[in-house]
Amino acid sequence: MSDPSLVPAMLVAAGLAVTVGSALGWAAVRLRPNADPLVERIDALLPQTQCGQCRHPGCRPYAEAVARGDAEIDQCPPGGDATVRALAELLGREPRSLDPAFGVTAPRQVAVIDEARCIGCALCLPACPVDAIVGAPRFVHTVIEQQCTGCALCLPPCPVDCIELRAPRAAEPPGGRRAA
Amino acid sequence: MRFETAAAPHVIAGYTVPRVMYQVLLALLPVTLVQVFVHGPGALLQLAVGVPTALACEALALRLRGRAARPFLRDGSVIVTAALLALAVPPLLPWWLMLLGTAIAVLLGKHAYGGLGYNPFNPAMVGYAVLLVSFPLEMTRWPVPLGTAAIEWSELARLTWQSFIHGPVGGPGAWDAYTGATALDALRTGLGQRYTMEEILAQQAFGSLGGAGSQWINAAALAGGAYLLARGIVRWHIPASVLAGIALPAATMHALDPGAHAAASFQLFSGATMLGAFFIATDPVSAATSDRGRLFYGAGIGSITWLIRTWGGYPDGVAFAVLLMNLAAPLIDRYTVPRIHGHAGR
Amino acid sequence: MFDRREFPSGLQLVPHKAAALERAIFEAPAPTLATVALEQGNGREARPTVSAGDRVRVGTLIGRAMDEGTVAVHASIAGIVRAIEVRETASRAGQGLCIVIENDGSDQNEPGLEMVEWDSLSPEMLVDRIRAAGIAGLGGAAFPTAAKLAAASRRPATHLVLNGAECEPWICCDDALMRERAADVVLGGQVMLRASGAARCTIAVEDDKPEAIAALESALAAAADPRLELRLLGATYPAGAERQLLAVVTGTEIPHDAYPTDVGLLCQNVGTAAAVASLVRTGMPATRRVVTVTGSGVGRPGNVEARYGTPIADLVAACGGYRSDPRRLIAGGSMTGRALPCDAVPVTQAVNCIIAATAEDLSPPRREMPCIRCGDCAGVCPAGLLPQSLLRAAGADDAELLETFGLADCIECGCCDYVCPSQIPLTARFRSARAARALRLDEQRRAAEARERYARHERRLAEAAAAEREAFEAARRRARGGPE
Repeated sequence: MSDPSLVPAMLVAAGLAVTVGSALGWAAVRLRPNADPLVERIDALLPQTQCGQCRHPGCRPYAEAVARGDAEIDQCPPGGDATVRALAELLGREPRSLDPAFGVTAPRQVAVIDEARCIGCALCLPACPVDAIVGAPRFVHTVIEQQCTGCALCLPPCPVDCIELRAPRAAEPPGGRRAA
Repeated sequence: MRFETAAAPHVIAGYTVPRVMYQVLLALLPVTLVQVFVHGPGALLQLAVGVPTALACEALALRLRGRAARPFLRDGSVIVTAALLALAVPPLLPWWLMLLGTAIAVLLGKHAYGGLGYNPFNPAMVGYAVLLVSFPLEMTRWPVPLGTAAIEWSELARLTWQSFIHGPVGGPGAWDAYTGATALDALRTGLGQRYTMEEILAQQAFGSLGGAGSQWINAAALAGGAYLLARGIVRWHIPASVLAGIALPAATMHALDPGAHAAASFQLFSGATMLGAFFIATDPVSAATSDRGRLFYGAGIGSITWLIRTWGGYPDGVAFAVLLMNLAAPLIDRYTVPRIHGHAGR
Repeated sequence: MFDRREFPSGLQLVPHKAAALERAIFEAPAPTLATVALEQGNGREARPTVSAGDRVRVGTLIGRAMDEGTVAVHASIAGIVRAIEVRETASRAGQGLCIVIENDGSDQNEPGLEMVEWDSLSPEMLVDRIRAAGIAGLGGAAFPTAAKLAAASRRPATHLVLNGAECEPWICCDDALMRERAADVVLGGQVMLRASGAARCTIAVEDDKPEAIAALESALAAAADPRLELRLLGATYPAGAERQLLAVVTGTEIPHDAYPTDVGLLCQNVGTAAAVASLVRTGMPATRRVVTVTGSGVGRPGNVEARYGTPIADLVAACGGYRSDPRRLIAGGSMTGRALPCDAVPVTQAVNCIIAATAEDLSPPRREMPCIRCGDCAGVCPAGLLPQSLLRAAGADDAELLETFGLADCIECGCCDYVCPSQIPLTARFRSARAARALRLDEQRRAAEARERYARHERRLAEAAAAEREAFEAARRRARGGPE
């Protein structure tokens, strides 16, 4: 401590420590991310088919399980590898490929009720996680194609097996602005 | 009746990369000729080593990368790289150094990053910078300009050939009569030794405008650059901002302290200013993307060049300024995305 | 809104229009079999209202529009419906449901068609008439005219711009129409002013069409309507692109997330105006349009008035047939037109031009090289984009970067392709990236809806379970004789 030129240097260092420290402390309080956004953010990456192939009763329960650490990120067949990648990026994990134990990725399908065979039993109505089947007891049911996620959960309850999965009708070609 | 199908547009202008590159080579012709006239035939020798080396390296790299070699060998970009390097290095450079520099430019500067269109740095300047930091003596040894020393062009040609083949034989002292500091170098040394500006400018290395030799070379590069501008091969943004980036600080400091800072005209017409502004900084691959971004990019090159010349450790700074701004180009791009039609201003 | 009057960049292109303009518009013979597409070019299909075996006349409704975005379709010839089936068409999808009508040669009109007293009809009824007539934008996009008029009528003091720029090479059907039927264009403008409640109308024409300009000037003088004016534009491609044209003509740049009608502007093609005029004159719905038939592969290029459903081969035959080995048959201009796989494809409202292109009309096959980021593409992009950066983002399939660099704002004009020294098919890349983006957005929208519906479903089940438990408890309490 004999060299007087050390004093200003130490002062500067001490000042920096105080400034940076208080800035960090302030940031930790004020810039803290919202209470529990993780579930929301995971849920936002899931395809929302609500199919239960991940062995959770819907996309949101799966998101909660992933957030708690009770489920792996590779259990969503409809989302496929793209969803696994997105989840890995969000959670800072190593990307991997889909676990085939949960199913394989297939193109989107929709449920179609064969209205000739439907007996109007209404058993499929509560099974649909997104209420995409319209109908009432003793009336023929039908699936709203635009809202069907293709989760296949309505197939098992049907007593006459009149529901099947099909490719959706061709979507409208996306329009574009054109020069005259 | 059935017809072939294809995506619109069905007609294109048919411009090609080779067209661009050969126009650049054509525009380099005046610089080459003037340099041969002023500093002897060294530039031609460097070209004679550089171009075949570059083509061979390109072919080798493409072969190693499993690409078709012919379209890329014909595109001319690698020839431009070699030509720029050949005109930037001193004409007395031994052939093996030129070969080394060219190989580094093409293999490390270009193909290590994925070849044409993917190099983040200007390949010629990568080669130049590696040579400059590795062989500072050889890279700063320029022949005195013709007309300033008692030497015939034929004698200069003989000495150039000797140096080109055998290197600087005879020890450092043997060349003193025929080689000398460039004007920029002389300015630095002179100022460092507390000479006045008048005393420095009176030396033989200085001409009326810039360096005694380099002012002519710069004028030739300016002419070539004007041709490129007129043909629409380069747009004005980068050259104008590079020159402004050099001239503005130079003029300001010269006005404040004429004894310590050379005039803007001197800065513009010495060293590699014009070659840099019109031919090196304008390499689009490693430059910023948008017109506004290119103004920042060029201004950065110009001002860093001036900073290095004034306070840096090297007499000229074009190569380092270009490489530094190459580093900054992605950042510039991020903040200079132009306003899109129908979007509010950024 | 931003005030920008000058046209941003673009290209000066060889027009190739003189040959087809040498003679007047002439009528193509009615086809023996008309294949009328139920999708007239904007991607939305009308629902057939006839069945095979039905007798139709010229102007009979054969396809009903189920919503505002679809155009109604009418029979263009008189005869018998032979089939309703999927055929190759000039649409984006390449095929679509068509109604095939066999001509009985009578050329009888649907009874009851009469001229429209347009100046005594209310604007709403006028729009309804235009909607019922199935008139769509004839500039190439075939968007229903009535939908635009209705949207404009909901706002005060709209400025109607009639687009007569016709900037794309080869296409000259609007030029011919303005030369020969300038009075119709002016009348159509007046009718649309009434239908949309717009305050003024500007007819915008490129200054390289002196004959059309002269004809319009005298038609405007004859009409003596102070609400209509003529405005000349520099001949630059793509001066006729809707957003760019409106910015130049009115000084108002339409925000990227809005329609022109949202900011009090309405753009209609001059051909559409003439179609509206023809409707009010005769009461006949949309059954025909003028098509430019041109290219070095056609015997005598010209502008043909053709009925919808006429096979393109018939139009070419009416123009002297093929010559000197045409290689590509383009519907539209050389910059944005679609190369048709065969000439049996029928004319729709979207088909403004047919180019039978020989090798000399086309560029040699591209020799694609890597992008050298020269920036020539950014210099010509009328939307102010950086195509070179967009290309990188598309290559990396980076959705976020694609948004940053304005993929959604690309108008697919082809200018960047045209100047690219590396001959990269930029527009085609952007087109497929835009298709992928549309799918992605659709998927996101569907996922958001499903999330919402699942949450509601769960809530409802939980409520039902709670109610059931409540009822059970209440019943048990009653059985035990009241609360403890």
